Amino acid sequence: MDAIDPARKDLVEEFRARPVGRQSGDLRRLLNTMRRHPDLPPYILVCTRPQREWRLASKPAGRGVTTTLLDHPPFHDPLEAEWQVFRLRWKALTGEDLPHER
Amino acid sequence: MSADLPRKRIIGYADKLSLAPGETIAFKASCEDIAQYRADIVRLVCADLHPQGRGWIEEEIATPVSGSYPGREQAIPVGSWALVESALGLCSQSLTVALQLWPTTPHKGEQALLARMDIAGSRGWMLLIDDAGAIALRIATAEGVTTVSTGVAVQERVWSFVGASFDAASGAIRVWQRPQKTWPGHDATGDGEGSARGTLDTAGLSLGIAARPGRVEGPRRFCLDPCNGKLEAPRLYGRAMEAGEALALQETAARERSLIAAWDFARDTMGERVRDTGPSAHDGCLINVPTRAMTGHNWDCSVMDWKAAPQQYGAIHFHDDDIADSGWETDFALTVPQGLKSGIYAARLVAGEQSDHIPFVVRAPRGTATADALFLMPSASYLAYANEHGAIESAGAMDAFSGHLSGLSAQDLLLGERPDLGYSLYCHHGDGSGVAVSSRLRPVLNMRPGVTNAWVGPAGTFPWQFNADLPLVDFLEHEGFAFDVATDEDLHDEGLDLLSRYRVVLTGSHPEYYSKPMLDALDGWLQRGGRLMYLGGNGFYWRVAFHPEIKGVMELRRGEDGIRDWVSQGGEYYQAFDGAYGGMWERQGRPIHALAGVGMAGQGFDISGFYRRTAASRDPRAAFVFEGIEDEIIGDFGTVGGGAAGIEVDRCDFAKGSPPNTLVLASSEGLSDLYYPGPEEIDNARPFMDGSQNPNLRADMTFHETAGGGAVFSTGSIAWIGSLSWNGFDNNVAGVTANVLRRFLDPEPFQGIGKTTT
Repeated sequence: MDAIDPARKDLVEEFRARPVGRQSGDLRRLLNTMRRHPDLPPYILVCTRPQREWRLASKPAGRGVTTTLLDHPPFHDPLEAEWQVFRLRWKALTGEDLPHER
Repeated sequence: MSADLPRKRIIGYADKLSLAPGETIAFKASCEDIAQYRADIVRLVCADLHPQGRGWIEEEIATPVSGSYPGREQAIPVGSWALVESALGLCSQSLTVALQLWPTTPHKGEQALLARMDIAGSRGWMLLIDDAGAIALRIATAEGVTTVSTGVAVQERVWSFVGASFDAASGAIRVWQRPQKTWPGHDATGDGEGSARGTLDTAGLSLGIAARPGRVEGPRRFCLDPCNGKLEAPRLYGRAMEAGEALALQETAARERSLIAAWDFARDTMGERVRDTGPSAHDGCLINVPTRAMTGHNWDCSVMDWKAAPQQYGAIHFHDDDIADSGWETDFALTVPQGLKSGIYAARLVAGEQSDHIPFVVRAPRGTATADALFLMPSASYLAYANEHGAIESAGAMDAFSGHLSGLSAQDLLLGERPDLGYSLYCHHGDGSGVAVSSRLRPVLNMRPGVTNAWVGPAGTFPWQFNADLPLVDFLEHEGFAFDVATDEDLHDEGLDLLSRYRVVLTGSHPEYYSKPMLDALDGWLQRGGRLMYLGGNGFYWRVAFHPEIKGVMELRRGEDGIRDWVSQGGEYYQAFDGAYGGMWERQGRPIHALAGVGMAGQGFDISGFYRRTAASRDPRAAFVFEGIEDEIIGDFGTVGGGAAGIEVDRCDFAKGSPPNTLVLASSEGLSDLYYPGPEEIDNARPFMDGSQNPNLRADMTFHETAGGGAVFSTGSIAWIGSLSWNGFDNNVAGVTANVLRRFLDPEPFQGIGKTTT
């Protein structure tokens, strides 16, 4: 698994500008590492109002495994959720805080 | 489950999916902590809740159904097994039971293989896999319950001859297991001996194969201790034997005077009966449609088709999470009033903030059409995806696949909690085998207005399948086009007779699953002048079979090639329901390209692209398509990924069979690198396969005329329908669609380009 390079703030900014869609190869590799990292919580969203509101949750892969809501304010934009989860993963892997605002 | 998670507490299903005026549909509901609910019939027009969608549009229909109904919980009798009704001839004081076994979950706990045991477990006998994964015989008499085990766990996914005997005179019990294969350190051969006291009394007890018969509630037969795995050739004798004698008799049981029953699963493979070849014909019935036409212990790779050597396909794969018919009591029924227009309807069930919609289709009166256009609702594909578990089971792995977080709905959470609701043809059974059978005789939680797929689009925001097809109804109504609706099942049952009443057929966004009668009918209708508007992507891809006896049950074998979340076992590519070779149509010499002009190119689930017109879009043959539309870019908007070209896309490919007169009117751009081609496109992996680098990964908008004066217009994109309503239907996707539909409705035959010239 590729290591995260905390110096690659260009990738952070690229993701911040376009969390979903066409992305550079380097950003794609960074996201692949984050999304399958065994030490990070298995983040997932739970929809609490269709197409309008989501809560952050943890749900490990597998059948009959509990979904747990996490203590986090609800999201009203899926792309905002992408950024906040990116921040959580970045912090866990590099120790660095990224700006809250997208 | 966390207390604050959304919970769906009212669910239901209907006995039919489509019906005509004068016919009756029965609705069945189950409520959790709901004393009463209200039901009404509504006509569904749209439920695209995307912020840029048209929202929820439904029309209440005055029917006698409207009213309040008591809520009650109805259980689902999950698990497949065979039931042999009680008979005096099945009774014996001494006995031997034996069968061939290919266990898939030997360590899940007690699993019945053959059982005549009461619900309390205090009377009768049962051959089982015990808590240690070993073969055991349990004898229950008035003197007590005795279980004798080999004490050796059977080897998972290895054929073993297993059995046991009980001698009534001495009370001696023998039990054995003889694996076909052993390895140093992994020898699952085992024997056990013991004794039991008392007299066996099995009077009035049914016999279960692959489970122990449980309680009966109306038509529902529940089971206990269901097992997972393949079972073959169960035998029951009326005297005690040793393992060697029972094994020697396994193939020649009919000559043994003590034989009570010898079930041969290779007989009547297409049906739901298990035949006893013994002297008393104790035939059984299968419950919940286990997977048949499975390779047996003697399959030697010399045949791949079960019909060519049925004796090598004497196994049935039973699963403890198979469900074919929930068998619920009816809450209310609707006789469709004469004159009710054809369309997509639902029974709307509401109790406070809880609700469910149970969709159904009202067809034109039998034998008639009320319009020239038919929306062919792709119900076979809805059935394939019924209760799909991708996001709830895969978690983060899905993020990397789809390029964003998944968004679980209350429906997903309930599916994760309740395996009795069953699985989709994209899922695995609990034992790891692929789900090859799907049924609509259960609550299908993702075939609902407003319900999206958790992993399609960021947080599951893109309309998908049923919910992605409703906006086509909205478009047709808004533009004033008259249309009827019928389902894939209708097409399967009625074929060309159904289509011949219509000039134009419009597909949904993802008509992926087709039986041979469906495909033949569509093809034949096109050759007779029909006009097809294929408004989807990845259509006509898999071959499926509908159950010959149970309506609403469908089978798929994921063989040979194609995008597969699981793969059928070697030798098991032939469907049990109709005996045909299953898998991709493209691998069976029927590429979709020949029918639709385009065929599957690839898929991605993060964003959609748009189309750019080609020079061919100015060809006079296609002038009607773009009448009044000067735009070069088509469909750079929409609720399914922000564009009309995306999610699953098809391209023109003359080498694969696109008709030589196919015009490519526009091609997509703007797909992301998370788009990949299907395996059938990757004969050898190469580094430029992804969406932004692969010139073959695109949606082509095509048009061609057929020899019979008909024509085909294809968009090759799942996302197309999601763009129709953009800007109040004032957009070029709606414009192209309306232009094509108007010309296709015109009876003037298409002439095409005449004879080939050089």
